[in-house]
Amino acid sequence: MSQKLLLSAKDLHIILFRLACQLKETHGDFAQTLLVGLQPRGVRLAERLLHILENEHNISNIQLSKLDITFFRDDFRRGDKVLNANDNSMEVGVEGKRIVLIDDVLYTGRSIRAALTAIDSYGRPEEIQLLTLIDRRFSRHLPIQPDFCGRQVDAIQNEHVVVCWEEEDSEDAVYMVNK
Amino acid sequence: MSELSVKHLLGIKYLNEADIRLIFETATQFKEVINRPIKKVPSLRDITIANLFFENSTRTKLSFELAQKRLSADVINFAASMSSLKKGETLIDTVNNILSMKVDMVVLRHASAGAASFLAQHVDATIINAGDGAHEHPTQALLDTFSIQERLGDVQGKKVVIIGDILHSRVALSNIFALQKLGAEVKVCGPKTLIPKHIKSLGVSVETDVKKALLWCDVANVLRVQFERMSASYFPSNREYTAFYGITKSMLDALDKKIVIMHPGPINRGVELSSEVVDSDQAIILDQVENGVAIRMAVLYLLAAKK
Repeated sequence: MSQKLLLSAKDLHIILFRLACQLKETHGDFAQTLLVGLQPRGVRLAERLLHILENEHNISNIQLSKLDITFFRDDFRRGDKVLNANDNSMEVGVEGKRIVLIDDVLYTGRSIRAALTAIDSYGRPEEIQLLTLIDRRFSRHLPIQPDFCGRQVDAIQNEHVVVCWEEEDSEDAVYMVNK
Repeated sequence: MSELSVKHLLGIKYLNEADIRLIFETATQFKEVINRPIKKVPSLRDITIANLFFENSTRTKLSFELAQKRLSADVINFAASMSSLKKGETLIDTVNNILSMKVDMVVLRHASAGAASFLAQHVDATIINAGDGAHEHPTQALLDTFSIQERLGDVQGKKVVIIGDILHSRVALSNIFALQKLGAEVKVCGPKTLIPKHIKSLGVSVETDVKKALLWCDVANVLRVQFERMSASYFPSNREYTAFYGITKSMLDALDKKIVIMHPGPINRGVELSSEVVDSDQAIILDQVENGVAIRMAVLYLLAAKK
């Protein structure tokens, strides 16, 4: 197993600041916006972006929810793994909201398809956008593309993109791991 | 990624503590699902489930059916009263006929103890026991202990008394197993005629005085007197049972703590529980019903995941 550094802590921070700016340009005061972090790894990214928007751009009252897609995945009973669920916290209604789905890595697009269905069970949003930190291009199984993207990466099938966060993994970095 | 250690849910006896905790964790997620505006997930959309009820049931059947529909499974129902059993067909033949219609899971209620285990050995489908005679009723025990955990934070170390007709009760046996696996202390209380002779060998204590039992416990799970299973007289009259074992508001008010009152239903109001107790905030009877759907969704989901 070998690993290659894709983004250092500094690169990652520059990208996070840029993504926050892009969100602000599109969503203004975020009054009608709901940020939705996908469980488990997208939530940390969403929290980081929220932190920047609140502290660097002085926007308060931004709403953030966590969405778990386990019960909506299309590979249930198809792999060897049992799919265990994570918490949902979708107390804020989605009806009429501008949703930004946030996940760390966009790969086949199947998680996002599941998330789009999962969001549906909470109501009918005005629109749904997608923000991902890493876009593994040329590997999509479905016609899904991000609206906001941190970095595009070309990776072959047995390569794996791992996003590390200081809060959980003791460093901010993104690696490409070859299995 | 954790999974159940069993392929069928035949009884709590065959589950370990980790299984029960996994079912609880999954049920917590499903409880959130059934409180959404759209209460349905697509997980079991490629699964067909047959509910075979050879014995009458209202809430267990409804609860299972709702759980299956919330998981997008296809459901077929079968009630013994309308079946070919009356024409002399055996249980295995009946079930195999149903399985030929490409059914993946069977939820079985039967008057004979061991019916679910018997089926699991002889047919090729995942079997869930929804009550077999006076043996086990695993999903009821799971939802009962889940409701205790929800109300009191944990089951570990809690004192639970099961009051009433222990002899004819599958709910009692499954509850004893589940409570003990989760670390609770269990006592049974009822007239001596309705307490099985060797119950102490399960590690539970016996009390015949209901007031003492209430004083001891954190939770009282009150069972229904099962008139339909009684072939002999176990106590002189309903009125006498109520006089000795019926629980009233004044009995609860006389305690120095607020205990939790549970009942698996259907309640004989004014027999085992007074109406005032049933409707009080100490009773979590309706929470049990709500949790029943979430628990059954978790069981179906986790068993389906085993393929």
